[in-house]
Amino acid sequence: MNLILDIAWTHVRARVRQTGFAVAGVATGVGFSIMMAALMQGSQDDFTSRLVNTLPNITVSDERRTPPPQPADTHYAAAEIHGLTPEVRRRGIKNPLASMAALEAWVPGAVGPSVKVQAIIRYANHDIATNVIGIDPRRESRVSDLPKQMRGATLNALFRATNAIVIGDRLSEKIGARIGANITLQTSEGAHLNAQVVGFFHSGVRQIDESTAYVLIKTGQILSKQTGLINELRVRLRDPMSSREIAIRVETDTGYKSVSWQEANEDLISTFIIRNIIMYTVVGAILLVASFGTYNIISTITHEKARDIAIMKSLGLSEYTVRSIFVIEAMIIGLAGAALGFLLGYLLCVALGSVEIKNPFLDSDHLPLAYTYTHYLMAGLVALVSSVIAGYQPARKAARMHPVEIIRGAT
Amino acid sequence: MSAADTQSATAGAAIAGTPLIEARNVTRILSGVVPTTLVHNIDLAIRENEFVAITGPSGSGKSSLLYLLGLLDLPTAGEVLVRGLETTHMAEEDRAHARLTMLGFVFQFHFLLPEFTVLENVMLPMRALGQLSASGMRTRGGELLGSLGLGDHMNKRPDQLSGGQRQRVAVARALANEPPVILADEPTGSLDSKASEQVFEVLRDLVRRHGKTVVAVTHDLGMAARMDRQIELIDGAIVADKTINARG
Repeated sequence: MNLILDIAWTHVRARVRQTGFAVAGVATGVGFSIMMAALMQGSQDDFTSRLVNTLPNITVSDERRTPPPQPADTHYAAAEIHGLTPEVRRRGIKNPLASMAALEAWVPGAVGPSVKVQAIIRYANHDIATNVIGIDPRRESRVSDLPKQMRGATLNALFRATNAIVIGDRLSEKIGARIGANITLQTSEGAHLNAQVVGFFHSGVRQIDESTAYVLIKTGQILSKQTGLINELRVRLRDPMSSREIAIRVETDTGYKSVSWQEANEDLISTFIIRNIIMYTVVGAILLVASFGTYNIISTITHEKARDIAIMKSLGLSEYTVRSIFVIEAMIIGLAGAALGFLLGYLLCVALGSVEIKNPFLDSDHLPLAYTYTHYLMAGLVALVSSVIAGYQPARKAARMHPVEIIRGAT
Repeated sequence: MSAADTQSATAGAAIAGTPLIEARNVTRILSGVVPTTLVHNIDLAIRENEFVAITGPSGSGKSSLLYLLGLLDLPTAGEVLVRGLETTHMAEEDRAHARLTMLGFVFQFHFLLPEFTVLENVMLPMRALGQLSASGMRTRGGELLGSLGLGDHMNKRPDQLSGGQRQRVAVARALANEPPVILADEPTGSLDSKASEQVFEVLRDLVRRHGKTVVAVTHDLGMAARMDRQIELIDGAIVADKTINARG
């Protein structure tokens, strides 16, 4: 074995209890960091996947980000015009089929048409404001997970009754509607429609399950009192993470407001960022505290081994060699701590994952945990680096010890 | 091979007959609120195959002079030459290498590494130098220990040996890289008379039979009288430098 490694290993091995405590400190830091990261990442991934799977990745609506310029603005160079109301335009996406075809030509994914209407659902003395979305059930599987989220029936049930409707399971619980129930839909435009509940869906996102219903496009158009209306194009991408960039391009191409799922949930995503900052700060603090243990043990060893250091230097070992011995000792503690921490972290994750919980915001009765090697790598690397940094200072001090002073002190 | 090694080898070959170690007008002052002069204006030459005693009362600067000659300390003024090579302005790494190859130390206390076996302690300088294979180091370590009567104790820990045995192990360690000079600081200071005699015999053997140079600091004037040359220090200055047992 290399001389430096041999001496370092001997020093560490000779102090089983002290080294054990330092290693345990690092291992605890690494283990809990891994567990925390798994929990944070797991809950974030779980929520993100719900959002990605439940909602379209990109929603192209018949709105514009900025109102179109008024004819007066374009024709006169007047500084200011008062009392003008914006031009009233026909609702809906112009030539929706052509727009869809144009998008399908380049968008890496699928595009589906829909009609979105705000309506009040009335049933058994309940009036609930609802988003009623008119869809094409045959295309829906290409743009959302709705067919997979159906409970009690398939999406094709929409074809089986006149004015059939599929509502969220939480909405059905709220109003007490069962399959076959006849409910009333009323819109602000004055449309009034009786519809039959043919199925429920469960997306896992409370807000959607409580306030969304699906009908056929044709029914949606009746509710909006506009034949042929398509006011939303729903896009699902093969890579949902590219939604933001593609939404910008779609908006540039079509002129219609195009909102990615990230933009639609910006407040949540910014919360994730803050959560991650908190997580990394806590993880850093845990590992920093662990590195104090390493500093302590290396300082103790260098103090106890002052005479050995003096004799090694008098024998001709260089400062670099002496410094390396103690840095290697810190590395051994860091590595052993990281390895034990990996095991502890994994066991903590398994233990945490096996705990049954009842959370109204989660479908699963277990905590969502992300198992990824990146967490292990990151925690291990931080532990190793902080151990080396913690060990370097006492190692440097030891290497600079004047052998004569120590030898004189000893004699 | 380091620069210092190359230089020293060249110097050694080129300047045959030059002193092994030479102190030229060496002064060492410890800085502090009240600066303390350890040694001053020391001029001294140690030649090959000499058996030198440095004597003097406590605090006279004997050990300080030995540490300066052994490149463990730096003079405040003057210079120390090893095989004609000036060492005061050498880089620390080069001085460490010169200690590793040219000088062997034996202190009053053995300073053996307690976690290592006797053989591992002896092999330590060889491993630091890295010129021999693992088996070569073991063989040489075994031979050295055998020659000092410690062949049966190679695999013991230092705390399993007597004081005299430990000190002989320290001598074996000092000889590990075959340095031409052994510097001993009160090597028998912590031993009983029997063990002291054994260690002294070992040191004398190194000079007589192996052609080494031994410089030993000692309080024991009887022992000093049995060596070839005696340098006496008082208050950091050499007051006497006499050859007692000239060898033909």
